[in-house]
Amino acid sequence: MTKNAEAVAAANKVSDYEWGFSSDIEQEFAPKGLSEDTVRFISAKKNEPEWMLEWRLKAYRHWLTMETPEWAKLNVPPIDYQDAYYYAAPKPKKLLESLDEVDPEILRVYEKLGIPLEEQKVLAGVEGARRVAVDAVFDSVSVATTFRKELEAAGVIFRSISEAIREYPELVKKWLGKVVPMHDNYFATLNCAVFSDGTFVYIPEGVRCPMELSTYFRINAENTGQFERTLIVADKGSYVSYLEGCTAPQRDENQLHAAVVELVVLDDAEIKYSTVQNWYPGDAEGKGGIYNFVTKRALCQGKNSKVSWTQVETGSAVTWKYPSCVLNGENSVGEFYSVAVTNNYQQADTGTKMIHNGKNSRSTIVSKGISAGKSSGTYRGLVKVAANADHVRNFTQCDSLLLGDQCGAHTVPYIEVKNPTAQIEHEATTSKISDDQLFYAMQRGLDQEQSVALIVNGFAKEVLQQLPMEFAVEAQKLLGISLEGSVG
Amino acid sequence: MFITAGIIWMPACPGMLPDMLKIENLHATVADKEILKGLSLEINAGEIHAIMGPNGAGKSTLTYTLGGRPGYEVTSGTATFDGRDLFDMAPNERAAAGLFLGFQYPVEIPGVSNVQFLREALNAQRKWRGEEPLSGGDFLKRARTQADAMGMHMDMMKRPVNVGFSGGEKKRNEMVQMGILDPKLAILDETDSGLDIDALRVVGDGINRIMRKPDKAVLLITHYQRLLDYVQPDFVHVLAAGRIVKSGGPELALELEREGYAEIAA
Repeated sequence: MTKNAEAVAAANKVSDYEWGFSSDIEQEFAPKGLSEDTVRFISAKKNEPEWMLEWRLKAYRHWLTMETPEWAKLNVPPIDYQDAYYYAAPKPKKLLESLDEVDPEILRVYEKLGIPLEEQKVLAGVEGARRVAVDAVFDSVSVATTFRKELEAAGVIFRSISEAIREYPELVKKWLGKVVPMHDNYFATLNCAVFSDGTFVYIPEGVRCPMELSTYFRINAENTGQFERTLIVADKGSYVSYLEGCTAPQRDENQLHAAVVELVVLDDAEIKYSTVQNWYPGDAEGKGGIYNFVTKRALCQGKNSKVSWTQVETGSAVTWKYPSCVLNGENSVGEFYSVAVTNNYQQADTGTKMIHNGKNSRSTIVSKGISAGKSSGTYRGLVKVAANADHVRNFTQCDSLLLGDQCGAHTVPYIEVKNPTAQIEHEATTSKISDDQLFYAMQRGLDQEQSVALIVNGFAKEVLQQLPMEFAVEAQKLLGISLEGSVG
Repeated sequence: MFITAGIIWMPACPGMLPDMLKIENLHATVADKEILKGLSLEINAGEIHAIMGPNGAGKSTLTYTLGGRPGYEVTSGTATFDGRDLFDMAPNERAAAGLFLGFQYPVEIPGVSNVQFLREALNAQRKWRGEEPLSGGDFLKRARTQADAMGMHMDMMKRPVNVGFSGGEKKRNEMVQMGILDPKLAILDETDSGLDIDALRVVGDGINRIMRKPDKAVLLITHYQRLLDYVQPDFVHVLAAGRIVKSGGPELALELEREGYAEIAA
C-alpha cells in the first residue's frame, strides 16, 4: 500500500510540474487546463490535417456551451477541467525497479488471474520490462509483424486513429462523428476536442477478419490516453470480433476517462465488440478510482447488419456507459450483454439504447447487475421504435443480485413505441445470494470465496458465454476477485 | 479379497481408532434460543445410527450445528470428528474432512451445472486433503457411474444444480453427490420426506451401496420408521427437547411407530 502510494505521489509530482504556457511542439506536456490552445497543441502534436483541427475546435467551442449531465443515478463531485493535463505523451508512469515495489495486493490479483511474471512487470510498470515482455508474451516483435501482414493480406486496416487520420483521411472523414455526433453529449463532445489516440479498424467488403482484434496488441506498444477514440467500419458482408480492455488491474493516474467508440455496420456485416473493464475502482473507503464516462454506439446502417456488445464491468469508481445500437437497416440486429459488478463505494449507471428505425429490426438486452458493499448499480435502458418501423421485436432481461444489505440495485427502463406492430418484452428480477445457497456450496467443500464466485458466475452465465473463450475464463476469475470479502 | 484392504478395515475394531464422531454434552442456540441442551452421541465406523424425534426436538439444529451453518451457535460441549475438533473447522473443511450433509430441502444454484459444481467441490476437498485434483475425464467417469447407479440421466447432471428438479429428483441428486464426494460420515436430514415408495427404495439402496462399509458411518435423521425398512440402523436414538432421551436397537424404531413419541420421550 505504501509503495503504491509512493508511486502515485511520485507520478503526481511529475504531473504537477509547472511547464508554463507554451505551444512549443517539442514540449512533452500540453499546458495545464483546457483552452483552444490546448486543442491546437494536441492537433499539432499529432501532425493532423487542417480539417481535423477545425473539427476539434468546433467541438471545443460547442463544449463550452454545454452542461454536465445530471440525470444518471450517480454522485460525482464536480470535476475541475482546468485542473488537468490533456496531453502528456508518453504517459509519465513512474517506472519501478522491480516487482518488489508493487502493491502486494495487486500482485496477488495478478497471481490469481494467472498472469505470467514478465507480463506482470509490464502491467505494473517495472523499468525495462517492456521489451522483455513483448518478447515473452508475443514471442518477439516478429509475431506482431506476422499478424500485421496477415491482416494486410486480408485487406484489413488496423491502425491507431492518429495514423489513420494521416493515412486514410477519406475513410476517417466519411465516418468520424457520424455515429456519435459531435454535439451528442458533454463527454463525447469533450472527447471530440481533445482525444489523444485510439483505434481505427476497417474491414473491406466480404472479408471475415482472420483473427480477433485486440487493442491489447497495440497497448503494449504505446499507452493510450484517457480520451480514447475508436472507429470501426465493417463494410458489406464483412465480420470482425474486437476485444477491448484487460482483466488485469492497471495503474493509471488519470482520474477522468471519456472515451468514444463508434461502430459502422453496412449490409450483411457483423461486429462483435467485447469489453472487459477493470480500471482502478478506488480503495475500500471509496478514495481515488477512475471516473469512466464512455459513449459507445453502433450504427447498423445496412440491411441484415448486426452488432453485439458484450461487456464485463468490474472496475472504475464511477461508470457512466450505454453501448447502443441505432438499427436503421431492415432486419438489422442489436444485442447487448452486460455484467456490471460494483463493490465498496463504486457506482455504476449503465445500460443500452436500442433505436429501432428499420423494419423487422430485432434487439436483445441481457443485463446482469451485481452489487456488494455500499455500492450502487443502475441499469438504464431505452427501447425506441419509430413510427414506420414495422414488426420490431425486443426482448429485455434485467437481473440484479445483491450481496449484503447496504448496496443498491436499480432498474430504469424507458420504452417508447410509435408503431403498433412492435413486440416488446421486459423482464426484471432482483435477488440476493441466499444463506442457503452459500451454506450448501460450502458444505460440499468450497470455501466462502469460491462459493460466492460460483454463484455469481452462474448468475452471469448468459452474458459470460457470449465472450470469446479465453476472455470468458479470465472474466470468470475476475468476478470472483472483485467480490472478495463482500460476504460474511 | 484384498489383504491390504483388510488391514485398513481392521481399525474399525474398538480401541484401535477413535470414534468417527463423538459428541459430548452439546449445547447450541439459534437466535439466542437454546435448542440443543446437553446432547451426547458416539458413532463408530461401520455403524448406521438413526435419530428420531417429534417436531421441534432439535433434529435439524443438530444437523446444521454439526455442518457448521452460520447462525447455529455452539455454547458448550465438544465434538470430535475422525480425531479432529469438529467445531474448530469451517464448513468446507468439515466437508473436506469427510462430513456430508444430505439436505432436507436441497438448494437450487441457477447457471451452475451439477457437473461443474461437484467437480469444483470435489477438487477443493482434495486440495484441502493434499491430494491431486481429479482430471475432467476421471471426474466424468466417476459422475457417470454414480448417476447411473441412482438411475439419473447424465443430461440432468449437466443441468443447473437442482433447478427445475422435482422433490424426488433433488433427493436422488443428493445421493449422486454423496456417491461422487465419497464421504466418511453422512448425516442425512429427513432424506425420506417427499419421496414416494419407489423413490424411497432407490434412495435407500443408494445409502446402503455408498455408505454401508466398514470405514464409513451414517446418521439418519427422520420422523418415520419407513426409511428404516430400507436402511437398517444399528442404533436408534430418540431426540426430545434437545437431548437424547433413549437409545436402543432397531426395535426401538418400531416401538416408537407403535406408541408415539409422547409415551417414550416422557
